Amino acid sequence: MAIYFQFWKDMIRQVLIGPRIYYIWLGFLGVLMLIGSAGYYYQLRNGLIVTNMSDQISWGAYIANFTYIVGLAAAAVMLVIPAYVYKIKAMKEITLIGELFAISAIVMCLMFVTVDMGRPDRFWHLIPKLGRMNWPISMLSWDVIVLNGYLLINLHIPGYLLYKKYRGQPPTDAYYMPFVIISVFWAVSIHTVTAFLYAGLGGKPFWNSAVVAPRFLASAFAVGPSFILLTLQIIEKYSSFKVEHEVYRVLKRIIAVSLLINLFLLASEVFKEFYTDSAHSASAKYLFTGIDGYVLLVPFIWTAIVLNVVATVIYASPQWSRGMRNVNIASVCAIVGIWIEKGMGLIVPGFVPSPLGTIVEYSPSLVELAVCLGIWATGFFVFTLLLKAALPIEIGTVRHREENWEFPRSSSWP
Amino acid sequence: MTQEKFTQRPSRLVEKKLQEKLPRREFLKGMIAATGVAAAVSLGTKDAGASALSDFFKSAFFQKHYKEMTPDEKKVVLARLEKETRERYGVEVKIGDPPPLDGVEFAYFLNLQKCIGCRRCVYACVAENNQSRDPQIQYIKVLEMPEGSLDVDEGEIFYDHEKVPQPGKFYMPVQCHQCSDPPCTKVCPVEATWKEPDGIVVIDYDWCIGCRYCEAACPYEARRFNFTEPQIPKDEINPNQSYLSNRIRPRGVMEKCTFCLHRTREGRYPACLEACPTGSRKFGNLLDPKSEVRAILETKRVFVLKEDLKTHPHFYYFFG
Ligand code: SF4
Ligand code: SF4
Repeated sequence: MAIYFQFWKDMIRQVLIGPRIYYIWLGFLGVLMLIGSAGYYYQLRNGLIVTNMSDQISWGAYIANFTYIVGLAAAAVMLVIPAYVYKIKAMKEITLIGELFAISAIVMCLMFVTVDMGRPDRFWHLIPKLGRMNWPISMLSWDVIVLNGYLLINLHIPGYLLYKKYRGQPPTDAYYMPFVIISVFWAVSIHTVTAFLYAGLGGKPFWNSAVVAPRFLASAFAVGPSFILLTLQIIEKYSSFKVEHEVYRVLKRIIAVSLLINLFLLASEVFKEFYTDSAHSASAKYLFTGIDGYVLLVPFIWTAIVLNVVATVIYASPQWSRGMRNVNIASVCAIVGIWIEKGMGLIVPGFVPSPLGTIVEYSPSLVELAVCLGIWATGFFVFTLLLKAALPIEIGTVRHREENWEFPRSSSWP
Repeated sequence: MTQEKFTQRPSRLVEKKLQEKLPRREFLKGMIAATGVAAAVSLGTKDAGASALSDFFKSAFFQKHYKEMTPDEKKVVLARLEKETRERYGVEVKIGDPPPLDGVEFAYFLNLQKCIGCRRCVYACVAENNQSRDPQIQYIKVLEMPEGSLDVDEGEIFYDHEKVPQPGKFYMPVQCHQCSDPPCTKVCPVEATWKEPDGIVVIDYDWCIGCRYCEAACPYEARRFNFTEPQIPKDEINPNQSYLSNRIRPRGVMEKCTFCLHRTREGRYPACLEACPTGSRKFGNLLDPKSEVRAILETKRVFVLKEDLKTHPHFYYFFG
């Protein structure tokens, strides 16, 4: 037990000390978090009226970001599969980073649903037994369960492995391997459940499509690894953590394939909507071409498509994807492009036109933007702290030492 | 263990703790640990602390789901709601809780040939059901439709003419269809909305968490969300209210048409029907073979909106 407390003490210590750039980064995120809190406080005081949502468009930026980030969380499996199923050793080293990434993403997801609630004070109605959960009928109750379950799994695996490493003992397979396997399926389930949340609504033809879940997964498996790819380079720059070339190679391949599938599914959807051109295609028409002069989303979706195509072309071409610079550009394109596609391109047009044919447009208010920014900053904040605590243990600069309960005074930033 | 007991448990535990003889310091610590909110409670004597705490657990925050409340608990809640309305709006109101009647399944029929699009039903509804005036919440939408089409997309909701009806148009009011297979109740994560035995889909405004999933699921655009505190002039408040229908809603929750269940469960007509100058609206008990609505169903050309979605509405349209 004493060792366990020591383990926590050491990690907290790691989080508190660091080079100046570390404090600057945290300070910067802290400012954004303050802005977000101010926005949320304002929203709590005045109600959701301060957002631009309406009875016609009842979900906006919050749920759009939520949807996108669920995908990021799910993407952690794209590191777990090559590592544990294909047993690529280099990948095994970085699954830790993927799992910490998933934890931060889930934290953001939970925050996004909370800020979207009209009555956050009644959150306890969602707690099984205490409240009254409509399970298994409501997809939203599924979402609550799978997201929290995923959070627990992803807290357990890295927590256990790090603790073992800290003590200098080899981990016992039985204590974490089953969870690794479960986490693969679980990750797919969190994003599928989120997709079913939309796909299950018969009254919303734009969402009521079988291809929503596969599209979600494909885009998530492009974006998540893109984030990791960028993060790894930053970690390499600021710490002594080394990433093998093999890792980048695998990541690139995953992203390339996912991007291709994503684009293909998008094309299938577009074909279905525009070739059929039935009354059910109104939302798609609104999204891609605008209806009756309502064109708010048109520039967004075309920007998203251009970004997606650029990312896919770079990734799919053997020459262009060789250097890191091109790949980084393509990753940023994919991250931004798919973010628009999931938000402005999926959630909002689902509501336009409304079921009785009214067209109401939506773009987030300043308060919504501030809150979103704050939550994103919180996610990065959490991710930074997790990495800061975990990496020194992973690298081996922080270890438990029997003879020395007090830890060396010097900063142990790797 | 039943769910009822789970929700009662915190208050019981705290009360038990407080009855045990404890030194003052311990008592303070225990309270804070037990509730995390006790700091706000006055700590004059143990008894005062205990009753303040049990008040807290009986308060709105820990209120149970409508279906889990005993009749006595309901009475307490209704009294509290009446008191709150008095404090906030300065109006004496009576909040009842009429139960669904046996052997009754309500249905609404609307004669498209007679409706002239005057929207009197819309405003009668707003007045009857204590909807917010600013921003104005309306349960009924009247679509102005071009003759020859039944496609709601062709309809216009925001028409504004000197005179109705306009030539070449007909009018189609839409409100909650009280679906027999409602997509809205299916999706609610906390069962804050459900279908009653008489066919009315209701919402427990004190249980809804405001996620707006039901609003996204409803294919008839029948649900309205309280984005802010409802504003109703004091002298326009309808004092005859009920828990599941027209009492003044809190902020951040969903609301919708209930076929005026506080009236119809007592044998009266819905407000919109009484306001209609043309007699387009027909309302009654579908299970009564001698009722007017049964006669319409059996003799007229009747149809429902968006039949393909299989929501099986209790709201029908007919010509004649
Ligand atoms: S019309 Fe909409 S709100 Fe009314 S019961 Fe049907 S789905 Fe629910
Ligand atoms: S808004 Fe309220 S009634 Fe509607 S689904 Fe959410 S909790 Fe249920």
